[in-house]
Amino acid sequence: MQYISQIAFVLVLILAGYFLSKRIRQIRKNILMGRPINRSDKSPERWKAMLLIAFGQRKMFKNVIPALLHLLIYVGFLIINLEVLEFILDGLFGTHRLFAPFLGDFYTVCINFFEFLAVGVLFSCVVFLIRRNILNVNRFSGLEMTSWPKLDANLILIIEIVLMLAILTMNATDQILQARGHMHYTATGSFFFSSILIPLFEGLSDQGLIMTERFAWWFHITGIFAFAIYVTYSKHLHIFLAFPNTWYGNLEAPGKIENMPVVTNEVKTMLGMPAEDGHATPANPDEIGRFGAKDVNDLNWVNLMNAYACTECGRCTSNCPASMTGKKLSPRKIMMDTRDRLEEVGQSLSKGGKGLEDGKSLLGDYISKEEINACTSCNACVEACPVNIDPLSIILQLRRYVAMEESGSPASWNAMFSNIETSFSPWKFAPTDRFNWSEELKQNPKSE
Amino acid sequence: MSESSYQIPTMADMLARGEVPEILFWVGCAGSYDDRYKSVTKAFIKILKKTGTSFAVLGPEETCTGDPARRAGNEFLFQMQAMANIRVLNGYEIKKIVTACPHCFNTLKNEYPELGGNYEVIHHSTFLQQLIHEGKVTLKGGGSFKGKKITYHDSCYLGRANNIYEAPRQVLQALDAELVEMKRCRTKGLCCGAGGAQMFKDAENGKKEINIERTEEALATGADIIAAACPFCMTMMSDGVKNKEKEDKVKVLDLAELIAKSEGL
Repeated sequence: MQYISQIAFVLVLILAGYFLSKRIRQIRKNILMGRPINRSDKSPERWKAMLLIAFGQRKMFKNVIPALLHLLIYVGFLIINLEVLEFILDGLFGTHRLFAPFLGDFYTVCINFFEFLAVGVLFSCVVFLIRRNILNVNRFSGLEMTSWPKLDANLILIIEIVLMLAILTMNATDQILQARGHMHYTATGSFFFSSILIPLFEGLSDQGLIMTERFAWWFHITGIFAFAIYVTYSKHLHIFLAFPNTWYGNLEAPGKIENMPVVTNEVKTMLGMPAEDGHATPANPDEIGRFGAKDVNDLNWVNLMNAYACTECGRCTSNCPASMTGKKLSPRKIMMDTRDRLEEVGQSLSKGGKGLEDGKSLLGDYISKEEINACTSCNACVEACPVNIDPLSIILQLRRYVAMEESGSPASWNAMFSNIETSFSPWKFAPTDRFNWSEELKQNPKSE
Repeated sequence: MSESSYQIPTMADMLARGEVPEILFWVGCAGSYDDRYKSVTKAFIKILKKTGTSFAVLGPEETCTGDPARRAGNEFLFQMQAMANIRVLNGYEIKKIVTACPHCFNTLKNEYPELGGNYEVIHHSTFLQQLIHEGKVTLKGGGSFKGKKITYHDSCYLGRANNIYEAPRQVLQALDAELVEMKRCRTKGLCCGAGGAQMFKDAENGKKEINIERTEEALATGADIIAAACPFCMTMMSDGVKNKEKEDKVKVLDLAELIAKSEGL
C-alpha cells in the first residue's frame, strides 16, 4: 500500500514535470520568434530594477490597498512554497512531515507562520473576488475583458482559495490524529489557525480522519502541480515573468524611441554620407525585411515577453488618456492581442501548420489602425505598469508599418509629412518666414 | 530699451564675427510660426537678454527635429530631418542647446546621439530654474502674481518621458504665487492630448476630447493661471479654456511668459 502511493506520486511528479517543461519550451520558442534587441547591458542597473520593481513590488505601492492585499498573496506564494519541498520529499520517500523531527519546535513555528500566510492569501483572494465581481472595480472591465479573461481571473483566485483550505484541513485533521496518538502522525505541537477547524472534523473516526488528511495532502500537492501548468496558459504567468521582464526592461529615457539602423543606412546612402557602422548594411536590399511591425515576429523579443508577463490588471488602460475619453485604444488590449496572436502562431507551428502564413496578422486581425492612431505616446501606460511592460513600443512599431509599408497613415498625418518634406515644418508655412518673429520683436519689443 | 538690443544673433552672424555663443536657443516650429507661441519665444529672448546670456539662434537654418514624423511612424522622414539638422549643428560645433519645446528637447537630447548629434540639451524650464537659482533672475516678492493661484500642467515629454517634474514647479514657486496641484500630476499627470503627433490630426471617435478632460481638472483647482511648458499643451489647454468659456478669468501662460511679466519685461 505504502509503495503504491509512492509510485503514484512519482508518476504524478514526472507527468507534471513533462507537461510543464514542454509548455515552458513552447513559450520560450514563441518569445524567440521576436527579432533581437540587446538588453543585456548595464547589468547592475538591471538587477536593481528587478529587485525593486519585481521583488520589491515598488510600482504596486502607488495604490496602497491593492498593493497590501497583493503583497499578502505574493509573500504567501514565495514562502508557503518552501513547504512544497517537504511535500515532495514525503511523497517520494513515503514519510510524513519529514522535517518535523529535525527542526523540532522551529517546525511548529514555521508551520504556524505558513498558516498565518495561508489565511492572509485566503483573505486577499476573497477581497479580490469581491472587487472583481461585486464592487466591479472599473479597471477589470473593458472591451478586451471578454468571458475568458474574466473567468481566468476568477479561476486563479478560486484555485488559490481551495489550495489554502486544503492546507488548513490537512493540518487540522493531522492535529486530531496526533492527539489520538496515531502512530504515523508525528507530534508537532499545535497550529493556531488550523486548530480553529478542529471541531469540524472531531466527529470523524480515525479512518475517516486519515482519509481526509491524505485527501487534503494529495489535493494540495497535485493541485499545486496542476496550477503550475495552468499558470503557463493563463495571465497568471506574471508570477514568474515579472522577474525577467523587469530585468530586461527599457533603461533609457521613456521618451526615446528605438532607432532603426536599417533606415539610418538608407538615409546616409541617400545623402551621400558613408554608412559608418556596417552592422546593418544588407548586401541585398531584399534582406532588409519589413519596416515596422505587421505581425508578432516583427516585434522584438522583449515586446513578446511583455505580452506573456501581462496579468491584465488594467492599470495601463485606466491611466490611458485615449481610453479614458472613450477611444478604442486600450494598452492592455495591445498586450493581450500580441500574446493571443503569438499563441495562435506558436500553436499552429507546433502542429506543423501555417504559422505566420495563415493569412492573418497582428495588425488588422487583432489590432486596428483606429486603436494605434489614438495613442498620444504620453507614456502613462508604461509608467502605470507594475512590471514595466511597454505597450507604447508595440504601438509605435505598428505605426511604422502603416506609415512606411502601406502609406496608410491618416490623411492629416500624410499632409504633415509632406509639410515637413517641403517646408521643413509640420505646418504649411514658408521656410523663409521662419525667422520673421525676430523682426516683430525688433519693431515692437514691448508687445506680447 | 534700444532697438539694437533686439537684434537676435544667429549662428551665421556669430560665425562671421568669429564669436562662439554659450548656448544655442532652439526655437522650434511652434515658437517660430505659431502666433501664440511666438510670444513665448519673445519672452524667453527677453530673459536671455536681461540676464546677459550669450546665445544665438539658427534662424532660417533651423528645421523641424522630426519628432511628429517619427511618432507617426515615418522613420525615413524623421531620420532625413535629423541628419540634416545634425549636419548644421555639428557644422557650428554646437555644445549646448536650450529649447522651449519638450518635444524638440526629447528628440535632440535622446534621439540625436545615436545619429551622430551629441549635445548638452536643456529644456527652458530647467534653464529658468538655474537662472533663478544662480540669482541671475531675482523675482521681487509681492509682484504681479502675489496671491494668484497657479496650477502647473505637466508635459508628458518633460515629465514621464524625461523625469523633469521639479524644475518647472521651482520656477513657479519663485513667483510668490500659490501653487495648486491637479489631482493627476507629476508621474500621474494627464496628457493634454496632443503628443505622439496627435497635434496634427483630429482625435479618433470617443466620448470626450482629452484636452477638455484635462482643462476641467485644471479649472477645478480654482487656479487663475494654468502654467504650461510646451507649445502643444499651450494650444490644447487654451482651446479647452475657450471651450469652457473661461478665457476671461483663466489664463494659460508659459513659464517664460510668467517670469518676463513678473520682471516687467
